[in-house]
Amino acid sequence: MTQAAAHTLPGGRGFYDEPGRHTGIRGWIFSTDHKRIGLLYLGSMSVFFLTALTLGVLMRLEMLSPGKTIVEPQTYNTFFTLHGIMMIFLFIIPGLPAVFGNFLLPIMIGAKDVFFPRLNLLSWWLFMIGGLLALASVFFPGGAADTGWTFYVPYSVRTSTNVLPALIAAFILGFSSILTGLNFVTTIHRMRAPGMDWFRMPLFVWSLYATAWIQILATPIVGITLLLVAVERMFGVGIFDPALGGDPVLFQHLFWIYSHPAVYIMVLPGLGVVSEILPVFARRTIFGYKFIAYSSLAIAFLGSLVWAHHMFTVGMSNTGMFVFSLLTFLVSIPSAIKVFNWIATLYKGSIALEPPLLFILSFIIQFSIGGFTGLMLGALAVNIHVQDTYFVVGHFHYVMFGGTGFGLFAAMHYWFPKMFGRMYKKGPAVVAWALTTLGFNMLYFPFLILGYMGMPRRYYDYLPEYQSVHVVATVGSWVLALGVIILIVNLLVSLRRGAIAPANPWGGKTLEWTVPSPPPMENFDTIPTVTTGPYDYSEYEQRSAEHP
Amino acid sequence: MSHTDQSAHAQHVVSYSRYVVIWFGLVALTALTVALAGIELGRWVIITALVIASIKSLLVLNIFMHLRFEDRVFRLFTVVAFVTFLIFIVMTFFDYAFH
Amino acid sequence: MGMWLFLFTELILFGGLFIVYAVYRYTHPDAFHLAAAELNTFVGTVNTLILLTSSLTVAMSITAVQEGKKGFALALLGMTIMMGLAFLVNKYFEWGHKFEVGIYPGAPELLAQPQGVILYFGLYFVMTGLHALHVIIGLAVLLYVFEAVRRGSINAGSYVRLESGALYWHLVDIIWIFLFPLFYLLH
Repeated sequence: MTQAAAHTLPGGRGFYDEPGRHTGIRGWIFSTDHKRIGLLYLGSMSVFFLTALTLGVLMRLEMLSPGKTIVEPQTYNTFFTLHGIMMIFLFIIPGLPAVFGNFLLPIMIGAKDVFFPRLNLLSWWLFMIGGLLALASVFFPGGAADTGWTFYVPYSVRTSTNVLPALIAAFILGFSSILTGLNFVTTIHRMRAPGMDWFRMPLFVWSLYATAWIQILATPIVGITLLLVAVERMFGVGIFDPALGGDPVLFQHLFWIYSHPAVYIMVLPGLGVVSEILPVFARRTIFGYKFIAYSSLAIAFLGSLVWAHHMFTVGMSNTGMFVFSLLTFLVSIPSAIKVFNWIATLYKGSIALEPPLLFILSFIIQFSIGGFTGLMLGALAVNIHVQDTYFVVGHFHYVMFGGTGFGLFAAMHYWFPKMFGRMYKKGPAVVAWALTTLGFNMLYFPFLILGYMGMPRRYYDYLPEYQSVHVVATVGSWVLALGVIILIVNLLVSLRRGAIAPANPWGGKTLEWTVPSPPPMENFDTIPTVTTGPYDYSEYEQRSAEHP
Repeated sequence: MSHTDQSAHAQHVVSYSRYVVIWFGLVALTALTVALAGIELGRWVIITALVIASIKSLLVLNIFMHLRFEDRVFRLFTVVAFVTFLIFIVMTFFDYAFH
Repeated sequence: MGMWLFLFTELILFGGLFIVYAVYRYTHPDAFHLAAAELNTFVGTVNTLILLTSSLTVAMSITAVQEGKKGFALALLGMTIMMGLAFLVNKYFEWGHKFEVGIYPGAPELLAQPQGVILYFGLYFVMTGLHALHVIIGLAVLLYVFEAVRRGSINAGSYVRLESGALYWHLVDIIWIFLFPLFYLLH
């Protein structure tokens, strides 16, 4: 995908013209240019995404009817494990920060590159090593891991499948994520252009900053936890295995200390994309800039305090359950601040319904549904009823896919002209939006119903009374997959056939729209001096005030 | 890692004698903590041990690692990292301490 | 700044282990006291002093480089490396002795002990083992820095790599400052 981009644009192909020290493929995989690294991530991540998506569609096909439909139970177990590991560690976590963060962060703050370009390349290599190791573990003797992406002990210590390569892969991927995070924090602190003070930074940069801190401070916990499971598997060291006196609940604590904040690693950049795209297509200054910026930090902070709401049924102390439930409710405050500010931004705007905005509107609605179901899950009494059911699965797909996934689609359609110097066709993009939104809701809303009816997650088989709802969901998965295919084909075709993109096709006000599409090597001829905030649409607002 | 980290921190030269004084302090604290370990202090054992270890690491951080002479933001970062860890451990004990 | 952020991730990495330690010590207080008696306080104290002193010499080597005293800096770095090796040798004998008396993961003698003791030694091996791994990485970094000082690519004008290496070594020291009382001084 990234390779195909390097084909004839008439007037200069920006950084594509300057491969650096190497040529051909090596000009990409050994490049330290942040834009090339971003595109490397985009290419590799797309492959992992499509693989995991295929697994998801196959799982839905299996659930079409009770009993065996297409695969054996053990295969089904490895499917949901791989689907989870790949979607989470190889798609959603690196998705927005590693692709769009790498490509855009330096340009948005007026820098030539990230602070540690070589470290940046190392992150991508670690990402690939981890990703390929996870994939390769499928083919090792013993079979792919079947623990689910959560690796709960004691099963993960005792199962005979290839848990070890999956653990090591997750550890390496975590390391890659940490390095990206510390690179971004250093870049934002050290490389801002003159005049780019903290409150002139685009909100996407703020969200990346908050995300990077979670990556730095929370990821090591899961690193050491997975390492402990690996050591326990290899040497029989007594840590978590109850047979040796260990406490499996402690594993769950440590796992979720990271993995709940990881949810915010996944979703915060998506929220940043919304804040970035909305003002452009509403032609209005974003409402409540500082509130949105601080709410990112507040979400990062509060999100680190709520992990045990994943564990309400493991036999925690009542005090613990009460505290964690209360804090869970608190997270909704900064999230709601964002949603209200977005809606206020749209109010009285001159709205242009271009594809990026369409995806953003789906994002806001689906993210809200994900948030509300999250509150239901945070309530202790409801949680006991729907724990480990499809309700949970529906909830986190609404947040992860309905939120971040759609944020990524929106970002793809918003920055595509900047990245590749071509426009895409609007018609198919709108069709893709309609199909993905329809398919998504048709797939996951039934999950919420199924969960409430009592359908447990990860089960291979089910009672006949659930079948009608399962059928609706499976059909939804086909609509969704069709939408994704149209989306990708449209963009791929546009790489070569699309009209030449101007520097600023959408009328954006942030720095990336001041440089040509695609940007030149080192982004700026001279480092710009910033004099205004990022979303200065005062001229439009004045005009609409004069001619209401 | 920091090959290109030509961060603009002030070049601060710390004298040898200052390092050595700090080292004597560290050794003395080690002696103290070992000596205290021989005494029966009940639940205070862990508290005294951790307090002494914290003082020692503060000395290492501030002088040996030059944190005192660095930009203020580094101290802020250190506090953030430490508070994060503290939160993790306290929150975990909301479960275990009330069983 | 990158190096400092990296050190925080390392601290939190060990922080995860300290959480495990805290929980198990809280749930198995008596077994932990019993098991800690097996450790040799003297060896632990010696290793503490070795690491503290090596932190001193590596810190002094920065001053030496800043003042342009290359020979002195190399001597200090050399001493640091020697002390790091001495620490590992001590650790090797300490672990070796444990293995001889049947204290190692999966050993039948150990498995016959109360569960808290198994957990204590599980943590002991993981935490001191991971720390020793950091000592080894730190030694490799210091060797590289030593060579760079010798060649002159680290000098009074440019010594960020030396500072980063030294920071890493101090981190190893700080972690040990906490490991030592938690494992060896628990009577």
